[in-house]
Amino acid sequence: MVSWSSQPNRLLITEFHRMNLPLVVLTPFIGAILTAWVARFGATRAAWTAGGSALLAVVLLAPSLPVPFGGETILQRWTWIPQVGVDLAFRFDGLGLLFATMILGIGLLIILYARYYLSEDGEQPQTGLGRFYAYLLLFMGSMLGVVLSENLILLLIFWEMTSLSSFLLIGYSYESKEARKGARMALTVTGLGGLALLGGFLLLGEMAGSYELSVILTQGDAIRADPLYTPMLVLILIGAFTKSAQFPFHFWLPRAMAAPTPVSAYLHSATLVKAGIFLLARLFPVLSGTPEWSWLVIGAGLSTLLVGAWFALFKHDLKGLLAYSTISHLGLITLLFGLGTPLAAVAGIFHIMNHATFKASLFMAAGIIDHECGTRDMRRINGLWKFMPYTATLAMVAAASMAGVPLFNGFLSKEMFFSETADFFMHFAWGWVLPALVVVAGVLAVAYSLRFIHDVFFNGEPIDLPRTPHEPPFWMKAPVEVLVGICVLVGMFPAMTIAWPLRVAAASVLQAPPPSFDIAIWHGFGLPVIMSLIAIVGGILVYAARGPLFRLADRLAGTLDAGAVYDRIIGWLIGFAGAVTNGLDRGSLQRLAVIFVLSVVGIGVAGFLGSGSPLTGPRALLPIDPVSLFVALALMTVALATVLLHRRRLTALVVIGAAGLLVALIFVKFSAPDLALTQLSVEVVTIVLLLLALYFLPQRSPDESGWPRRIRDLGLALLAGGGAGALTWAMLTRPHVSISDFFLANSVSGGGGSNVVNVILVDFRGYDTLGEISVLALAGLGIYAMLKDLQLPGLQRDSRGRPWSWDAHPSIMAALTRLLLPLALLVSVFIFLRGHNQPGGGFIAGLITAVAIIMQYLTNGVTWTHQRMSDNMHPLIGAGLLIATLTGLASLALGYPFLTSAFSHIHWPIVGDFELASAMAFDLGVFLVVVGATLLILIHLGLMHDASHPGPTLREEPR
Amino acid sequence: MEALMSLIVGVLSACGVYLLLRARTFPVVLGLTLMTYAVNLFLFASGRLTIGAPPIIREDATQYTDPLPQALVLTAIVISFAMTAFVIMLALKARAELGNDHVDGRADREESA
Repeated sequence: MVSWSSQPNRLLITEFHRMNLPLVVLTPFIGAILTAWVARFGATRAAWTAGGSALLAVVLLAPSLPVPFGGETILQRWTWIPQVGVDLAFRFDGLGLLFATMILGIGLLIILYARYYLSEDGEQPQTGLGRFYAYLLLFMGSMLGVVLSENLILLLIFWEMTSLSSFLLIGYSYESKEARKGARMALTVTGLGGLALLGGFLLLGEMAGSYELSVILTQGDAIRADPLYTPMLVLILIGAFTKSAQFPFHFWLPRAMAAPTPVSAYLHSATLVKAGIFLLARLFPVLSGTPEWSWLVIGAGLSTLLVGAWFALFKHDLKGLLAYSTISHLGLITLLFGLGTPLAAVAGIFHIMNHATFKASLFMAAGIIDHECGTRDMRRINGLWKFMPYTATLAMVAAASMAGVPLFNGFLSKEMFFSETADFFMHFAWGWVLPALVVVAGVLAVAYSLRFIHDVFFNGEPIDLPRTPHEPPFWMKAPVEVLVGICVLVGMFPAMTIAWPLRVAAASVLQAPPPSFDIAIWHGFGLPVIMSLIAIVGGILVYAARGPLFRLADRLAGTLDAGAVYDRIIGWLIGFAGAVTNGLDRGSLQRLAVIFVLSVVGIGVAGFLGSGSPLTGPRALLPIDPVSLFVALALMTVALATVLLHRRRLTALVVIGAAGLLVALIFVKFSAPDLALTQLSVEVVTIVLLLLALYFLPQRSPDESGWPRRIRDLGLALLAGGGAGALTWAMLTRPHVSISDFFLANSVSGGGGSNVVNVILVDFRGYDTLGEISVLALAGLGIYAMLKDLQLPGLQRDSRGRPWSWDAHPSIMAALTRLLLPLALLVSVFIFLRGHNQPGGGFIAGLITAVAIIMQYLTNGVTWTHQRMSDNMHPLIGAGLLIATLTGLASLALGYPFLTSAFSHIHWPIVGDFELASAMAFDLGVFLVVVGATLLILIHLGLMHDASHPGPTLREEPR
Repeated sequence: MEALMSLIVGVLSACGVYLLLRARTFPVVLGLTLMTYAVNLFLFASGRLTIGAPPIIREDATQYTDPLPQALVLTAIVISFAMTAFVIMLALKARAELGNDHVDGRADREESA
C-alpha cells in the first residue's frame, strides 16, 4: 500500500480489486479470436460475440469505476522483466476512466452499427464480417492497453499494436487498391512515429529513473531541467503528432477514409487519433511549461487547426469533409494543451469528449447517407430532408455541435477554447494574432458545418443517385441517437452531467487539484462571446460567398500536399532499395554464394590479422592413434569422392552416406555417445529422404561449368576450407574455460539425471529445446504445404535408357522388417526411458521410431502400411508441442519458473529403483514431434512416388 | 589429434563450398550436407577433444568432457535434417514449376537427363 497524502491523487495499490485491469485489456483480444471462429456460424452471432466481449470488458471494469471519483489511482502489476524496469503494470485514474469509457462505449455502438452497415453488402461474404469484428476487437484491446498502461514500455507495445490493428481495419476491403494504399500509408507514418516515441520514452525513462508513470509524473522539474529534455520532447511529440495527424503528418488521415465507415467513425472520433492527444494529456505535467513545449505544440496545433479547416470546406466527398474537420479539431485540442495553463488543459479534455461524440455520430450519419444513396459526393447528394427527415435532424444537431452553436456540447468547449486563446497572449506584443487566427478557423468550421447541413439536406434536388434514399433500419439510427442525445444533454445541462467527470479527469491530467471552472451556457458578455459571434456570422457569410472561394481552392489544389512529398520519398526509397538489391543479387544464387563465401573469409582473415595473436595456442595436444588416422583419412577421401562424383548423383549420394557414419565414429571417439546415436539415425533418414527426392530430379548433372569457373570455385573452396581448418586449429590449441561445471555439478541434484547432455536439453536449456522442436514442426508443416497439390512426373527410364523396374518388394525382406518392427520399437522405448541417465533420450528414440516405420513403407509399400496406420501426422506433432508446452506451464502454475523440472524416485517391483522426472514428459513431447515431423516429410514424399507411377502400380502387389 | 580434426573440418568445408557453388540443386544440397558435418564438428570441437570421458555422471569418473557443445550439436543435427529436407523439397517444387533444376530457375541450358 503506497499512499502520498500530500498529493491530490493518492496512489492506491489494492489487493481486493483482483487484477481486473489486465483482464479488461485482455478480454477484447480473446473476444477477437472467439469472434473470428464464431463468424462461421453467421454474422449475427459474430456481432453478438463481439458485443458480448466488449460488454464483458465493461463489466470487468465496473468495480473500479468509482475509484477515480474518490481521487485515487489504482495500480496493478505483474512483474515481467524487472531487470530493465519493465512490468505488466496497469493504472486506472480519471484520464484512464475518460478514455476507457469512450473506447468501450463508442466501440459498443460501432459494433451495433456495423452489423447493419456491412450486412447488405452483397459481395462481402459473412466471414468478412467476422474478420471485421475480430480486427475491431483487436484494436479495442490495444487502445484500452494504451490508456490503462502504467509502464511506458507496455504503453508503447500497445501503441504499436494500435498501429498494426488499425492497418488491418483501414485495409479491410483489401481488394481495393485505395484501401491497401491508405492502410500502408497509415502504418508507415504511425509506425515511424512509434519508433521516435520509443526513443523518446527511453530517454524519458532514463531521466526519471523509472518507466513507471506514477514515478515519472512526480519528476517534472528534474525532467524539464535535464540537458536531453529537448531531444526527448521532440521524439515524443513526433510520436504523438503522427498518431494524431498533426500538420505536417496529417496526410495519412484523409487517405485512411478508404476504410468502411464504421471504422472511420471509431478510429477518427474516440480512439486512434486521440491516442496522440492522450499522450499529450498523460505527460502534460512532465513535459509542459517550457518554451520548447509551447512553440512546438502551439505551432503544430495552430497550423493543423487552420489547414484542416481550410481543406474541409472544399472537399466534395462527405467523408473527406469529416476527415479534414477531424484533423482541424485535433489541432484545436493540441493547441489547447500547448497553451500549458491548467484551464486550457481542462478545455482540451472537455473537447476530447465533445469531439468524440459529435464526430462519431457525424461519421455514422455519413455512413447512413452513403448506404442509402450509393454515393458520398455532395455535388450529387442534395435535398435529402425530404427522404430522411429523422436522420437529417440527427446529423444537423451533430453538425451544429461541430460548428459550435449554443445549446450543443461543441459550443461549450469552443467557448473555453476561445477564452483561453484570448487570455494567453494578451500580455505579449502581437499576442492578438493567435485569437485572430483562431477566429478564422472558427469561421471556416462554421462554414464547413453549414455546407454539410445545407448541401446534403437542402439545396435543391438530388442529382442522379444510384439508389433512392429512405430512412435506414432502426438499429442503424439507434447509435446515432444515443450520441446525439449526449451532445444535447451535455450542451444544455453541463453542470449536471459533465462537470464532475471532467473535474476528475482534469485532476489526473494535471496531477494537482483542478482549477475552479464553471461550465455554463452563458458567462456574460465578454470576448469569447464576441469571437463566437464573429465565427458564426462570418461562417454564414463565407458559405454564402463560397463560389469564388471554391475557384481559389481549385487553383491552389496540389500545393501544401504533404501526401505528394510522402509519395516522392517512398518512391525514392523503393528505387534505392531496388538498386542495392540489383547491384548485389541479380537473381543468381551462385553469385550470392560467391559474395557470401568471400565476405566470410574476408571478415575472418581481417579479424585474425587485426588481433595480432599467434595461430597456435599453448594447450597440450593429444597423440594420434592409427585408428583415428584411418577414420580421418577415410572421411576426407569420402568428402573428396563426393565432389569428384557429384555429377553422377546416385553414386555421390551413396558415397556421402559413408561420410555421416564416419562423423558418428568421431563422436564415439571423443566421448559423445549421444551425438553418435543421433548422427547415425539422422544419417539413415537423410539418405532415404535424398534417395526419394532424387527420383524426381535428373539423375546426372550436366557438364556445364567451364574451366575458368571451376578454377575460381576451387580457389574459393580452398580459401574457405583453409580458413575453417585454421580456425579449428586455433581454437583447439587454446585453453578452454566453460560454464559447464555448473551443469555437471547440478545435473543429478538439480535435474535428477546423470546424462548431462540430456538434462541440459530437457531441463537446464529446456526452453531452447522447445524452440527447436517448434522449428522442426514448422519445417515439417512447411514441407507438407509445399508438397500439397504438387504434381511431379515420375521416371519411365533411368539415365541409361533402361526401363524402370516395377517389381514388387522382396518377400524375405518384407517379412523380416515386419518382424523387426516390434523389436525396433522396443529399442526405441528403451533408449527413451534410459535417456535421462544413459545415452539416449527423446530425440534419438524419435529418430529410431521414425526409421523403423519408414522401413515398413520401403519394404511393404504404402498401401500395406496405410491399412495399419494413419498417414496424418499433424495430431502427433500437435500433441508433442502441447505436451512439451504444458509441462512448462505446469511448473509455472505451481509457482516455479517456466519448465522447472521436478523428479522423484519410485520403487518398481523387479525393475528396482526407478526415477520419474517431469522432464520425462517434456522429452515425450520432443519424441512425438521428432517422430511426427520426420514421418510427415518422408511419407508425403513417398506418397508422391506412388502417385507418379505411370505403369503397373504397387497397389496390386501380392501379400 | 587436434591437427587431424582441423584437417577434417577444413576438407569438409572446402568440399562443401565447392559443391555449394554448383549450378544445379542436387549438388548444392550435397554441399550443404557436407557443410553441416563441418559446422557440427567445429561446434562439437569447441568443447575441446577429450577421450574416454563421456558426460555421464558416475561415481568412479575423474573427469568429464564439456556437455554443453554436445547438447547444442545434438539439436543442430536434427534441425539440419529438417533444413536439408526443406531445401530438397524446395528443389522439387522449383523443378515442378520451372521445369528445370538450375539454382536460378533458368532453363537456358539443355539438360542431359
